[in-house]
Amino acid sequence: MKRMGAFSKLYLVLIFSFMYLPIAVMAVFSFNQSKSRTLFTGFTLGWYQSLLRNDMILSALGLSLVIALISSVIATVLGTMASIGIYSMRHTVRGVIMNVSYMPVINPEIITGVSMMLLFVVVKNSINLQIFGIPTLLVAHITFNLPYVIFNVSPKLRQMDVRMWEAALDLGCTPMQAFFKVVLPELMPAILSSFLICLTYSIDDFIISYFTSGTMQTLPIAIYSMTRKKVSPEINALSTILFVVIFTIILLINAKDSRKEKKNAVRI
Amino acid sequence: MKLKSKIIAAPYLVWMTAFIVAPLLMVLYFAFTDKAGRFTLENLSGLSQYTPVFVRSILLAAIATVICLVLAYPLSFMLSRLREGKQRIMLMLVMLPMWMNFLLRTYAWMTLLERNGLINRFLGLFGVGPLNMINTQGAVVLGMVYNYLPYMILPLYTIMVKIDDSLIEAAQDLGAGRVHTLTKVLLPLSVPGITTGITMVFVPSISTFIISRMLGGGSNLLIGDLIELQFLGNSYNYNLGSAMSLVLMVVVLLCMSFTNQLDNENKEGGVV
Repeated sequence: MKRMGAFSKLYLVLIFSFMYLPIAVMAVFSFNQSKSRTLFTGFTLGWYQSLLRNDMILSALGLSLVIALISSVIATVLGTMASIGIYSMRHTVRGVIMNVSYMPVINPEIITGVSMMLLFVVVKNSINLQIFGIPTLLVAHITFNLPYVIFNVSPKLRQMDVRMWEAALDLGCTPMQAFFKVVLPELMPAILSSFLICLTYSIDDFIISYFTSGTMQTLPIAIYSMTRKKVSPEINALSTILFVVIFTIILLINAKDSRKEKKNAVRI
Repeated sequence: MKLKSKIIAAPYLVWMTAFIVAPLLMVLYFAFTDKAGRFTLENLSGLSQYTPVFVRSILLAAIATVICLVLAYPLSFMLSRLREGKQRIMLMLVMLPMWMNFLLRTYAWMTLLERNGLINRFLGLFGVGPLNMINTQGAVVLGMVYNYLPYMILPLYTIMVKIDDSLIEAAQDLGAGRVHTLTKVLLPLSVPGITTGITMVFVPSISTFIISRMLGGGSNLLIGDLIELQFLGNSYNYNLGSAMSLVLMVVVLLCMSFTNQLDNENKEGGVV
């Protein structure tokens, strides 16, 4: 199709307005003076100010960032090690492990959350220790992040040229040196992108954290408790900020990608 | 590669056993025992009183999935035929709302659908309404469609980009009308995208408890709500909750094997 019909254009516009209208409405009303969600009574930045003074939100954001960072680092290291180990296993064993690893991805999130909660409750009752909070959140986040690392790193490992590794050994590297000088640099892009994926999943996760956090509040849980109280234009301010941040990040990544592509095109 | 490094997968294997396998076994154990830890089938047989909730969950999730498919199919096709630069921008636009927390997205609809929300006010200008939109099953389906539409668009788009323009032109040259081009060429070629999209929308839809709570009020409970009530809510019955989770898992697995079957049949047909 070289040009788009008027009908197609209209359809695109309709779908995209369906997707963006709610977000736009929230953004507009985040500047609204009154608490009304239907009448725009005047411009104010007050909700942004009160959001930045809202201790509940700020400490929840802090917790979310800490959990996301720690769990992503551990999941990335553990997952990369696992990928390398699994790679050298027999085909059938590898298949079984991969299938089990896939469970948290195909299972509905609520099942993953509930099942981990059950385990934590049983452990808590048997050792008589209050483990709910940061420890359980970390374990849960590492667990649901691990499959994404493995599924990102494993294909890269399979694409790798084995001869590079063998050449390094022939030239006198110890296996350790060969790993850090040859294998790891080759895997680095996949490892980095898995780390980023883990970060975003971890910060965004509500359902699994909800069941495993005890009384701790991550940012999504804090948002949930805010929506339960219904009227709070601070939520609008918060989503507008998040939207702008995400938009900027995606724009930057995109700009970088297209520049890289152009460069490659010129080279070819 | 003789890395001889099976051993470094060991920490992960321990982790996997402790935090993927063991929790699922817990669900199984709790589903078949009573509060004192004795074996029982009562949890599962007691589920029959919740049949309406299960039926409603499956129905609403299925409706949402079908709507997503119908909306996303033409859109994905249009996107796949755009110039490359434009495709990238459009794709970004599709994914952007996905990156926002779904609680915020659902909250946005909550305020729009209210009795004196913006939509009713807008309709009021034409003398319509106010309509009762929030706390209905329609609102729940809307929430599912809104939240999970990108999950349908992306796999469809990925598969359609690979469909060559010349195939479509060939079909038209050979006398196929629009309908025939669609049913004989486009649809069969895009089955893998359709099946992936269906699972990616159906699974989160059927297991949601947030969308039904925020947009459905108290009267449109879904399986997810029931499970949540058993674990964190007032009902507080792990055994019953585990039994429900087990059934939900079975429903999801059935759905997946159904879409897999569709995929396989299509492959066999493709060879002929």
